[in-house]
Amino acid sequence: MTASGFTTIRVGQSMPRARIAGLPGFDFHRTITNAVRGGQAIVAFFGHVSSTHGSVELYAVTSDTQHGVLRIGKTTLDSDQFPSITPDCPQVHLFEREIAEQFGVRPTGHPWFKPVRFHSSYRPGHDAWNRKPGETPVVGVTDYYRVEGDEIHEVAVGPVHAGVIEPGHFRFQCHGEQVFHLEISLGYQHRGAERTLVGGPDKRTLHTLETVAGDTSIGHATAYCQAVEALAGCQVPLRADVLRGIALELERLANHAGDLGALAGDVGYLPTASYCGRLRGDFLNLTALLCGSRFGRGMLRPGGVRFDLDEARKQECLSRLESAYRDVENAADLLWNSASVQARFEGAGAVDADAALALGLVGPAARACGIEHDIRQDFPSGIYRFAQVPVSTWTTGDVFARAYVRWLEMQRSVAFIREQLQGFPDGPTHAECGALKPEQIVVSLVEGWRGEICHVAITDSQGRFARYKIVDPSFHNWTGLAISLRDQQISDFPLCNKSFNLSYCGHDL
Amino acid sequence: MLNLSLARLRQGHRTIAYPAQVPTLPDRFRGLPIVDSSKCPESCRACADACPTNAITIDAKGMRVDLGRCLFCTDCSDACPEEAIHYSQEYRLSTRSRDDLILDGQTIKRAQALEEKSRRLFGRSLKLRQVSAGGCNACEADLNVLGTVVFDMGRFGIQFVASPRHADGIVVTGAVSENMRTALLETYAAVPAPKLVIAVGACAISGGPFIDNPEVHNGCGSLVPVDLFIPGCPPHPLTILDGLLRLLGRLDGPSAAASDTGT
Repeated sequence: MTASGFTTIRVGQSMPRARIAGLPGFDFHRTITNAVRGGQAIVAFFGHVSSTHGSVELYAVTSDTQHGVLRIGKTTLDSDQFPSITPDCPQVHLFEREIAEQFGVRPTGHPWFKPVRFHSSYRPGHDAWNRKPGETPVVGVTDYYRVEGDEIHEVAVGPVHAGVIEPGHFRFQCHGEQVFHLEISLGYQHRGAERTLVGGPDKRTLHTLETVAGDTSIGHATAYCQAVEALAGCQVPLRADVLRGIALELERLANHAGDLGALAGDVGYLPTASYCGRLRGDFLNLTALLCGSRFGRGMLRPGGVRFDLDEARKQECLSRLESAYRDVENAADLLWNSASVQARFEGAGAVDADAALALGLVGPAARACGIEHDIRQDFPSGIYRFAQVPVSTWTTGDVFARAYVRWLEMQRSVAFIREQLQGFPDGPTHAECGALKPEQIVVSLVEGWRGEICHVAITDSQGRFARYKIVDPSFHNWTGLAISLRDQQISDFPLCNKSFNLSYCGHDL
Repeated sequence: MLNLSLARLRQGHRTIAYPAQVPTLPDRFRGLPIVDSSKCPESCRACADACPTNAITIDAKGMRVDLGRCLFCTDCSDACPEEAIHYSQEYRLSTRSRDDLILDGQTIKRAQALEEKSRRLFGRSLKLRQVSAGGCNACEADLNVLGTVVFDMGRFGIQFVASPRHADGIVVTGAVSENMRTALLETYAAVPAPKLVIAVGACAISGGPFIDNPEVHNGCGSLVPVDLFIPGCPPHPLTILDGLLRLLGRLDGPSAAASDTGT
């Protein structure tokens, strides 16, 4: 236990739950706010109904990148409310709303207290908005922040949007072309993923986690497998770690290539939009070369991976990677050298570094503001313990920065894959992964292509999941998109949206 | 301008010759599952028990595989002690009815074209509104890719449009979360008749990985009348394109073949 009362835990370290001491509410609150003031970040903050006493427990996990450890603390609520931590620490705002919605406890004094996914409380009879029993919330129906005035108009977009894209609701307060405020209300993709994981692992668990965010199957599968392997005390062979790293970077490459193309399309620059549209498919086909699925389904399993690369396949992967990379470089260079594209990208949707830190943004969106956080560097696991990928940052926090960071990351991912393919270790690709230890807790972190993926697993006395918390990077970042639209022209909304390219289903679960 | 022209030359022509030529798929691609029941041990249920969505039924009537539930994962082939079940390279999987997806052998009754009147209306110009309704976004991603140069569905007159008012039909993905039920029904109602419904992916057909979760409606079949089922998780873009072209009666050449033993 540290002086603050939070327990130190390493990423991917399974620890007995009992080692996490329960703190009184005030100490819990103060530790969190002090941690964030001292430069730590909130990795996860969630609720759990204790099977022993039936009360709601709150767990908080903070990341201390300076010391390379996580700190985890817990408090038990003695009533259906608790003082909101958000006014002192904005990073927890959406986590507190989620806890309220799931467990029917109210964070009093929360400045933006609204539903997150619009579903009924998991504790019947306890509803944080005092809805009557049997009254199900209607998605999108809430109090939207409004600006009043003769010349103000409100623009509502979604859930069904113009393109082939997931559903969400966006409410703009506008004065002419200028956006004063954007509010984002999601929950349309809520499928109940977290709830189905309780009692697992079972034959559906891995498939649920691969489809939490379907374009991040490798990212979430890696986080899951690492959690299970820690709980089972299973050591993954190095060859499997290399293959997992290659798959994760290929996923990053495919999505970044697609994003550069989509950004080009949104400013009407069709050459790069066209080339990158094709090139994204080329990277997806490399993943399919590895495991048969363009999205990496079935690549990972607890204990290792399911597919291997023999010498011939390795050479083919290398040569196709090089060819795709040269073409992407050609397509991306057109963007950076086109004055019309830069005029649209630069200065649009800027988020300043202080706001990014205060909100707890992650991934390329944070790194575009100069924040040097990357799980592969800060909390490396798997192959990243042995092969470092330089962290890609820019400073301006605008659409250009978020695009350019993607391009920098693509270059580094290609270099990483090249290096791994050229120095492949021998050995098996899978180790037997046995039963999970009972009464344990583990935190697993992966740098998915959108940013920090966090899975927290708690096992019960039978070694089954009592709680499985998923935090997709989008859960941290949607607020960043809303902030980036302030004082922007509304016609730049698609551009800003694509520059973040967040997951609706990853947020909604 | 010179850079642009050089880039254009470099990036080249990438549209595949499909359907004039049979396309190549990754060698590890998991298409139609093939069962050799002569290899099945007596009263073995390994594959059925391993299947995460219970897509495999083994009973007195024999063994059936429900492609509408199938995630095309490796759990069944991993569990089989005799290598009796494996995946083929067959990517042509679309059907007109839900029942046609339940296979008791290798034969799949692929989608027949629409009747002549609809073919005249939609055959050369099919505008579709996509409704993403509680999925994982992979089906949406591989639908989007159909508009890129490799597949270029625009050359068949197929296009995604911004509004249901401009559309001839809807393409539904996702298990249909309760939170998207109203939006799906209203979007469908907003499409002028005559209209089509195409269900893409295991989620839209049966709930997919989210099957029987109380938060979803196990696909769109109970909410709207479906004209075309395209199975997969997600279906390969060629599986989707094959389904669309079959529906329109636009598929000829070596890729056609209404039903066969699926090797």
